[in-house]
Amino acid sequence: MTELTTLDAARPSEDAIEAAWRRVQLARHPQRPRTLDLVPLIFTDFFELRGDRAFGDDAAIVGGPALLDGHPVMVIGHQKGTDTESNILRNFGSPHPEGFRKAQRLMRLADKLGLPIVTFLDTAGAFPGPAAEERGQAEAIASSIKLMTGLEVPVVVVVLGEGGSGGALAIGVGDVVLALENSVYSVISPEGCASILWRSRDEARTAAAAMRMTADDQVDLGVVDAVVAEPGEGAHTDHAATAATLKAAIVSALRRLTGRETAELLASRYARLRGMGAYLETGAGAGRPAEAPSLRRRLGRILHLPGVPRRPRWSEIWPNDDGEDESERGA
Amino acid sequence: MPIKFPFSRRAAPSDAWTKCPTCDAQVFSKQLERTLRVCPSCGHHFRMSVGERIDLLLDPNSFEERDAGLEAVDRLGFHDDRPYTHRLEASRIKTGLRDAVVWGTGTIDGTRVAIGIFDFRFMGGSMGSVVGEKLARCFEAALEERIPAIVVSASGGARMQEGTLSLMQLAKTTAPLVRLDAAGVPFITVLTDPTTGGVLASFASLGDVVLAEPRALIGFAGARVASDTVGEELPEGFQSAEFLLAHGFLDAVVPRAELRTTLSRLLRILPVAAAADEERPDGDRSWGPIGALSGLAERLGGAVSETIGIDVDAEAEAAAAAASNGERPPSAPVPASRKEGP
Repeated sequence: MTELTTLDAARPSEDAIEAAWRRVQLARHPQRPRTLDLVPLIFTDFFELRGDRAFGDDAAIVGGPALLDGHPVMVIGHQKGTDTESNILRNFGSPHPEGFRKAQRLMRLADKLGLPIVTFLDTAGAFPGPAAEERGQAEAIASSIKLMTGLEVPVVVVVLGEGGSGGALAIGVGDVVLALENSVYSVISPEGCASILWRSRDEARTAAAAMRMTADDQVDLGVVDAVVAEPGEGAHTDHAATAATLKAAIVSALRRLTGRETAELLASRYARLRGMGAYLETGAGAGRPAEAPSLRRRLGRILHLPGVPRRPRWSEIWPNDDGEDESERGA
Repeated sequence: MPIKFPFSRRAAPSDAWTKCPTCDAQVFSKQLERTLRVCPSCGHHFRMSVGERIDLLLDPNSFEERDAGLEAVDRLGFHDDRPYTHRLEASRIKTGLRDAVVWGTGTIDGTRVAIGIFDFRFMGGSMGSVVGEKLARCFEAALEERIPAIVVSASGGARMQEGTLSLMQLAKTTAPLVRLDAAGVPFITVLTDPTTGGVLASFASLGDVVLAEPRALIGFAGARVASDTVGEELPEGFQSAEFLLAHGFLDAVVPRAELRTTLSRLLRILPVAAAADEERPDGDRSWGPIGALSGLAERLGGAVSETIGIDVDAEAEAAAAAASNGERPPSAPVPASRKEGP
């Protein structure tokens, strides 16, 4: 259970909003290094594998085996474009179900051959279009998450830019989660959050601060294990330097993981996920008080004897009053 | 200025009649209760409270709530137009629940199950840390007791007010399902109106059997988002239960009146696998008449040893307990993750 340090709930200050929004903009910077920019700087002999063997190839997710300091690993990442043309090809880094199913295929291959997996998260989110729905976007994400929780090889996750919701988590369940200094990670895009909770996309900056989506915040929440520093004004200023620091962080994380027994690896991954979240365990009992009914009472209930109160139905304890507040939607 | 009569007509309570959103019929609320909250004229399935679901699905007086004391915490200090804690309090008062999920054990036609049930009225059924924790415990209890797990979902998705902690509940609720697979414990999900976002993108899509109620809204992204994305009208029935059935993501659309009998049937024909015999070679499960007989003998043996107090199952129980504590028992079978298709 996470330590219960709660903040006083208040609208984020202007400074906090400014700081959070600066990170969001850096995370979305057009010159920020993408997966395919970093792969040749960190790995050698990368061979891209394509297609999900069922529907097609999704260019918003790339992956394949490569060597890391001479050791084979499986690399998988979201891929945004760098200009309009490549962004159209890459669908702005927002995968369709076939992208996640391709990732699953590569993970199974890694599992089969015992290759450690390194994933790079950089997506605004899974694509929300009708075609994605028809092909089971939610199921594709769900089964990716499930597959990752049971992989018998070490998994290191790196949040490169935007860690956008389920589309990020689908390739983001790992033993160690690293985040670049100016990356962000959130349950919904700040624009989406603002339009639901503030009913205005203009409040995206406020939503970004309220959701505490910066890399440092994520370490505080226990979602990210370590922040990797970026050079100078940000990763976009120096791809090579970013890759060098990142490589060192990945290698050191993998070194810690590779010696472990499979059972130990799976147990600690399970414990890591199991510990996510903050809640209070009050000793309060069920809605219905526990009782050890006497024989008279039990018989009385069956025979409807007078003086024996009927046990209430659950729908009387938790009735339906139908009041629905549509503003309280989830993501 | 409105004219006031000295004797006001007694206003009928506003909730005496409920308007059906599908056919616009005015339905007498008392009648709606008798028809399991299904519109008598068009079959529209109204949403149900947790209490109504328990009464609908489980044998009378069999449900025992577990972990009722879990309460949400405002870890982020989240504040939009009002603080998260105020929203929680308002939902608690409105529903009498502590959070959007209630879980416990009960029986369906005598078969013991671990069941988690969402109530959409509690912050849109959104999944935060408490919902995730309760469901994870529900699945772990199913694993430990070797009883089927069932979830009845009604949720807008992850709870934004808990930030990425709510996103992580997708993984937290999904991880135990791998263990249910390895242990041969069935998992059934019932998707009710609405089931969207992060709940659909985790355990809800992963049932060994996935059922849904008629015309329930089921989808990943909001229909408005989807239509904005492509800038065109969406097809009729987009993101309905029937749409998912047609696209291969559901096993059956089951009217509410048949839900209990359907679950009962499934529980009979999809029983929990016989506990893995640790002395047998890995994965070699015997079958056929002899296997069935030896399975029966094992079960009888277990029952007998229970009555005479010999604790042959202690080892198995210890192993299960270790599994639920986040440690893999040394002799447990390897998770079957690589055998699953997407």
